[in-house]
Amino acid sequence: MTLTTVPAPIPGVFYRSESPDKPPFKSEGDAVTKGDVVGLIEVMKTFTQIEAEEPGRFVRYLVDDEEAVVPGQPLYELET
Amino acid sequence: MGISKILVANRGEIAVRIIRAAREMGIATAQVVSKADHEMLAARLADEKIEVGPAQASKSYLKIDAIIEAARAVGADAIHPGYGFLSENADFVDAVETAGLTFIGPRADTIRAMGDKAAARASAAAAGIRTVQGSEGRVDAADAANLAARLGLPLMIKAAAGGGGRGIRVANTVEELERMMPLASAEALAAFGDGGLYVERFIERARHIEVQVLGDGKDAVHVFERECSLQRRRQKVWEEAPAACLLESVRAELCASAARLAKHVNYRGAGTLEFLYDELTGEYFFIEMNTRIQVEHPVTEMVTGIDLVKEMIRIAAGEPLSVQQDDIVLSGHAIECRINAEDPHADFRPTPGRIEELRLPEMSHVRFDTGLYPGYTVPPYYDSLLGKLIVWGETRAKALEKLRQALAVLEVGGIATTAPLHRRLALDPDVSSLRVHTGWLERWLEDRPLEPAKLAS
Repeated sequence: MTLTTVPAPIPGVFYRSESPDKPPFKSEGDAVTKGDVVGLIEVMKTFTQIEAEEPGRFVRYLVDDEEAVVPGQPLYELET
Repeated sequence: MGISKILVANRGEIAVRIIRAAREMGIATAQVVSKADHEMLAARLADEKIEVGPAQASKSYLKIDAIIEAARAVGADAIHPGYGFLSENADFVDAVETAGLTFIGPRADTIRAMGDKAAARASAAAAGIRTVQGSEGRVDAADAANLAARLGLPLMIKAAAGGGGRGIRVANTVEELERMMPLASAEALAAFGDGGLYVERFIERARHIEVQVLGDGKDAVHVFERECSLQRRRQKVWEEAPAACLLESVRAELCASAARLAKHVNYRGAGTLEFLYDELTGEYFFIEMNTRIQVEHPVTEMVTGIDLVKEMIRIAAGEPLSVQQDDIVLSGHAIECRINAEDPHADFRPTPGRIEELRLPEMSHVRFDTGLYPGYTVPPYYDSLLGKLIVWGETRAKALEKLRQALAVLEVGGIATTAPLHRRLALDPDVSSLRVHTGWLERWLEDRPLEPAKLAS
């Protein structure tokens, strides 16, 4: 088991859930398969789905909901 | 009640525009900035700047308390909201006035009345202006089905509290109508905090025509019209003044009716009445009023010589309108292209990033309103408008020729922009001969996708 941090691919505002009244895409212990949506990044009012590029077990988000992120900034931790 | 210092509660090109107008009037400026905007052009041009919160607009530019506090801290006596953000937020106007400051824009009650799209339709009807046939006010699914039987289909479903093209659906059958109404209501509730809906007849091949008005709370004038039919996802990309498709008699009637509505509501400030124009029948229908300065205001300034932003400031300072209706005369033709940080070769993907080079067309009758400078990094947090290229010519054909020349010179290096889209549009035969409507651009983009090889310009 290794712990990896997954970086933000693009700059923008990170969202943990699809909308404020919905639960986060992933919670601790959730299984993650390749292509799963883990978050959204809003760039200039356009929302991009952040998909997992490798499978594993979700550990935690490393940025707050609605936090501004820059490319390369660690977004979440994954146990692979 | 003079104004001595304006707090500019916006960002980007419109903040620069407001600062320039204030400076020419001898008024000091203070620019609000988010944490991500300290290096923007407006922050450099203003007499001072003040941070109001983090990068996210919801925590800075949209935060009423933070903006009022900033105005107090810098000693401003007036606030210009620009467009978007808090510009059409009546609670913000109340907060500004409660703090003893001047809001450069309409009264809160006007914004409330016009912000409710169903109520605005009723105001228009009261002033004798045709609205698109549709519901008298808010409707539920059963009312909508009855209207479909009476008016026919397709019908457009719209959010009563909506705006900016959001939450609009077109139903072609009664089944679609019944299926879409609850979805549209849920979407409107999520987006605007109000699930109220109204429906209108959907006019295919309509043109979008809007009339600029100015009012001082007593008197009101129109400043002629613009045509903004070139839209993508209900966002305007290219605007002109005047609307060359209108017969002179229709123009006179349309503009007079807009001035009448502005006067009917004792309008104060700059505003725009939007209409759909049915070219097949020559009819026009009121759709909504925008109670703020608009992105495309420069084309009106180019063909009338009236500085709309200065006029807004004078009115807010308590002065009467500086122009009478008869003084406002149309001269020539103007076109504006919105240069956005979007890649037209990649489905208009947003392209924030560093501006490596900026070559602007230094030509007569060409204006470029922008917040850019070489070395500036466009942040990813706000909308994609980088600048507006505005040209003027004695005729529409001359304006188009000037536009082609200006677009050939304009270069924004470092990031992809929509400039290549405009280079193509400026050469398109349908655009040149005005054979366009609000659905034209999307269809054009589907039929002839912009291919990189063809765009080596």
